[in-house]
Amino acid sequence: MIVLSYFNDLYGTFFATRSRTINTVFVTVISLLALFAVPTLANEYWLQAILIPFLVFALAALGLNLLTGFAGQLSLGTGGFMAVGAYAAFKMTTAWPEMDIIAIFFISGFFAAGVGILFGLPSLRIKGFYLAVATLAAQFFLIWLFNRVPWFYNDNPSGTITAPPRTFAGVMVTGPEAAAEVRYLVALVLLAVFVFFSWNLMRSRFGRAWMAVRDMDVAAEIVGIPLLRTKLLAFGVSSYLCGVAGALFVFLYLGSAETIAFDVNVSFLVLFMIIVGGLGSIAGSIIGAAFITILPIFLTNLNPILGIDLAVDIAKHIEVIIFGGLIIVILILEPHGIARLIAITRERLRI
Amino acid sequence: MRAAMPAEARVGHPEPGEPMLSVEGIALRFGGVQALAGVEFTIYAGEICAIIGPNGAGKTSMLNVLNGAYQPSEGTITFKGRTRRKMHPRVAAMEGMARTFQNVALFKGMSTLDNVMAGRNLKMHSNFVACLLPVGPSRAEEARHRAYADEVISFLEIEDIRNVPVGRLPYGLQKRVELARALAAEPDLLLLDEPMTGMNRSEKAEMCRFVLETKARFGTTMALIEHDMSVVMELSDHIIVLDYGRKIADGTPEEVRNDQTVIDAYLGVATEDDA
Amino acid sequence: MEFLWDFFVAPFLDMIEYPTFLGEVAISGLLTGVMYSLVALGFVLIFKASQVFNFAQGAMVLFAALTLVGLMEHGVPVWGALPVTAIVMVALAFAIERGMLRPLINQPPITLFMATIGLSFLLEGAGEWVWGSNVKALDLGIPSSPVDVAGMLLNEFDMIAALVAAVLVAALALLFQHTPMGRALRAVADDPQAALSLGISLRTIWIIVWSVAGIVAIVAGIMWGAKSGVQFSLSLIALKALPVLILGGLTSVPGAIVGGLIIGLGEKVAEVYWGPVIGGAIENWFAYMLAMLVLMFRPQGLFGEKIIERV
Repeated sequence: MIVLSYFNDLYGTFFATRSRTINTVFVTVISLLALFAVPTLANEYWLQAILIPFLVFALAALGLNLLTGFAGQLSLGTGGFMAVGAYAAFKMTTAWPEMDIIAIFFISGFFAAGVGILFGLPSLRIKGFYLAVATLAAQFFLIWLFNRVPWFYNDNPSGTITAPPRTFAGVMVTGPEAAAEVRYLVALVLLAVFVFFSWNLMRSRFGRAWMAVRDMDVAAEIVGIPLLRTKLLAFGVSSYLCGVAGALFVFLYLGSAETIAFDVNVSFLVLFMIIVGGLGSIAGSIIGAAFITILPIFLTNLNPILGIDLAVDIAKHIEVIIFGGLIIVILILEPHGIARLIAITRERLRI
Repeated sequence: MRAAMPAEARVGHPEPGEPMLSVEGIALRFGGVQALAGVEFTIYAGEICAIIGPNGAGKTSMLNVLNGAYQPSEGTITFKGRTRRKMHPRVAAMEGMARTFQNVALFKGMSTLDNVMAGRNLKMHSNFVACLLPVGPSRAEEARHRAYADEVISFLEIEDIRNVPVGRLPYGLQKRVELARALAAEPDLLLLDEPMTGMNRSEKAEMCRFVLETKARFGTTMALIEHDMSVVMELSDHIIVLDYGRKIADGTPEEVRNDQTVIDAYLGVATEDDA
Repeated sequence: MEFLWDFFVAPFLDMIEYPTFLGEVAISGLLTGVMYSLVALGFVLIFKASQVFNFAQGAMVLFAALTLVGLMEHGVPVWGALPVTAIVMVALAFAIERGMLRPLINQPPITLFMATIGLSFLLEGAGEWVWGSNVKALDLGIPSSPVDVAGMLLNEFDMIAALVAAVLVAALALLFQHTPMGRALRAVADDPQAALSLGISLRTIWIIVWSVAGIVAIVAGIMWGAKSGVQFSLSLIALKALPVLILGGLTSVPGAIVGGLIIGLGEKVAEVYWGPVIGGAIENWFAYMLAMLVLMFRPQGLFGEKIIERV
């Protein structure tokens, strides 16, 4: 019940504060649908191609949003931090096959957190776009590292890492045999857990310290907030979530992957998610991830519906153009993204 | 309100009338510019001390030296009996110094309440894991401090903007929120950099009342920079006059008002400005 | 032990033993560096005049090169395609001013930065949509045959590219120092408020700098395109202008040039002498790491103005 009331609260603050009853009903319905209706109703394609990547990216977007939207540190290294989580999970589960896979997901994030903190060190002295360039160093270096050092992919001649079959409580969670429904539910529950934690964290002294550093670091120091410690914690927590997302990306979605799966475009994609969804909004991370994951699929399916036959590569170019244009338009019209738009709409409609 | 505040034992907390903060031989240079030279003065516990002087006299620089935003090239700062070569903003905060800024340095994306709560940041100690949970010690601590923050908010009469992001507030209210954030830290020494700039007459009068009430209720020692001489004369127990980075006078309002050097250097000019 | 030897001793022994080879490596690195500088120059122009950190400069290089090559593929001769491309880039500057800069005026710099990331996607997508995404050769008729200079084999093309870059830089410097427009630009860079009160239109300035940056992008696009073909990876190469810029300081034209040379030289030497020891292809990240390390010790870059924060 506490959980429910908190989700209600989460929903309420981000959308409107007017009616708690409507919010409770809404959140309950969504939760029940997500837990029971979706896995039974959705077909394999929907789960595999849309819902699972959406959940994984929502987690990554949540991670980046904590760092960029809440703590104000722009990062273009998301892909690199996700890779750390993925490779850590791969190394652990191949080294200790009997280890619980869910535990491995949770632990893999700590490796990413460590790396994130390391690359967050320059944030004490540099900020804004300077820091963004420094995080690109993390992105390119990490991808290079995982590419060049065969130890990371167990000397596999193809250079890929593959999710081996692993079970949790007797149910196959990863590997080719794992059912899409199971993978979906694992991703869903993990995302819910982290959203729940993040929500509480953002309403604690840590969340306030992050936002204070974001809004004005000089003043933050004057009220006694330790800048480096606060920023490093933000890098750590953010990278932790991105790392877990990276592990889920390979283990629940891709099945097997090369470093290219985590290249700099992933970093941009996740950044776009939080800009579109709403910087500094937990709900916004999820909305943005949904939007950016579904948009390309929507565009591909638009062709048959409208009877326009676009070549695959042209459709891809148009998608890139739309992403780019969308970012500019959102930044101009509503810098706080879709989450804020929904809040305003609800305010107007008084629901 | 006093009763609601835990009477924390403050180590080295000076009794009224004893020196709260004193500086000696402070010098500050920016490149070739000598912003401060050989400044020394003492601020006593329980008083309101005004630092005045013409534009460019080094008043804000002095405040920045006091709380460690700037590091002086020479001199010492003694705060609550401890002498240092330089302050650091965070150390100053931990030792019980709070301040406001000439141009308002609030956290613009955060609500009034969150800004005030940020002022209590140093008093909150919940660990990270506790903060991930919706119940338990972290929430209890949060509720306790929120109660105090709400007291400060109602003391400054800003309840109706409690949940508004401060970036949307008019300037005068932002100044008040900033004072609230500083007070929330329960400081021993409060530095106010031009708390009344950009305010109209009634807002100024209100702010004066808050400053005096703060002194009365919290017993906070205050050092303030202000241009409006009538405000300075009304509020302060003690006035320090700077000119071209040097101290030219130091005394009660009465003494300073009649000091010939001050009249020559400053008051004459200010009167013309006001006219 | 062997690794330590290979890493800390052997490369230096090689350098001493074969100085001509070191010379070749160094000069080829410097020449590549000149090309980085070319891209970085566009950044600096825009940053100086509008405080916008234009992430899309690399995409502009790709876009310009694609337009030029695309026109030539459709049978337009070089002397016709060049001015048309220039017009396209100027039109682009107008569009950016109207569609992006003007609506985002007074937004925090980081918002504009993110908008330029969007812009870079927009330009890359548009360029490839219109002109196709296959690799295009750009033949300028300059031979890339090796020439013997003081016993070192150097690439003729690289040297011509360096020459072009030098001319361009000199021209820009003259433009900045000796024309009324240049003075206006510098005035805006120094103090936008004061410049506005003098009647200098910020919008005009923006259009001018984005146009000039567009023209610089054409030159950079031609050089890079002729060297390694016009293709998507061009914008990734151009991304390396970011560390160059950070290294040199955001507001300094000489900084952009020296930064480019340092990065070009550093990554080439590192790749040739240390690459094999630690796995090769370190060019991908070397520049960023170098820039990051410099930032740790000198946050304003080598030539940048010291940032004094005031409250």
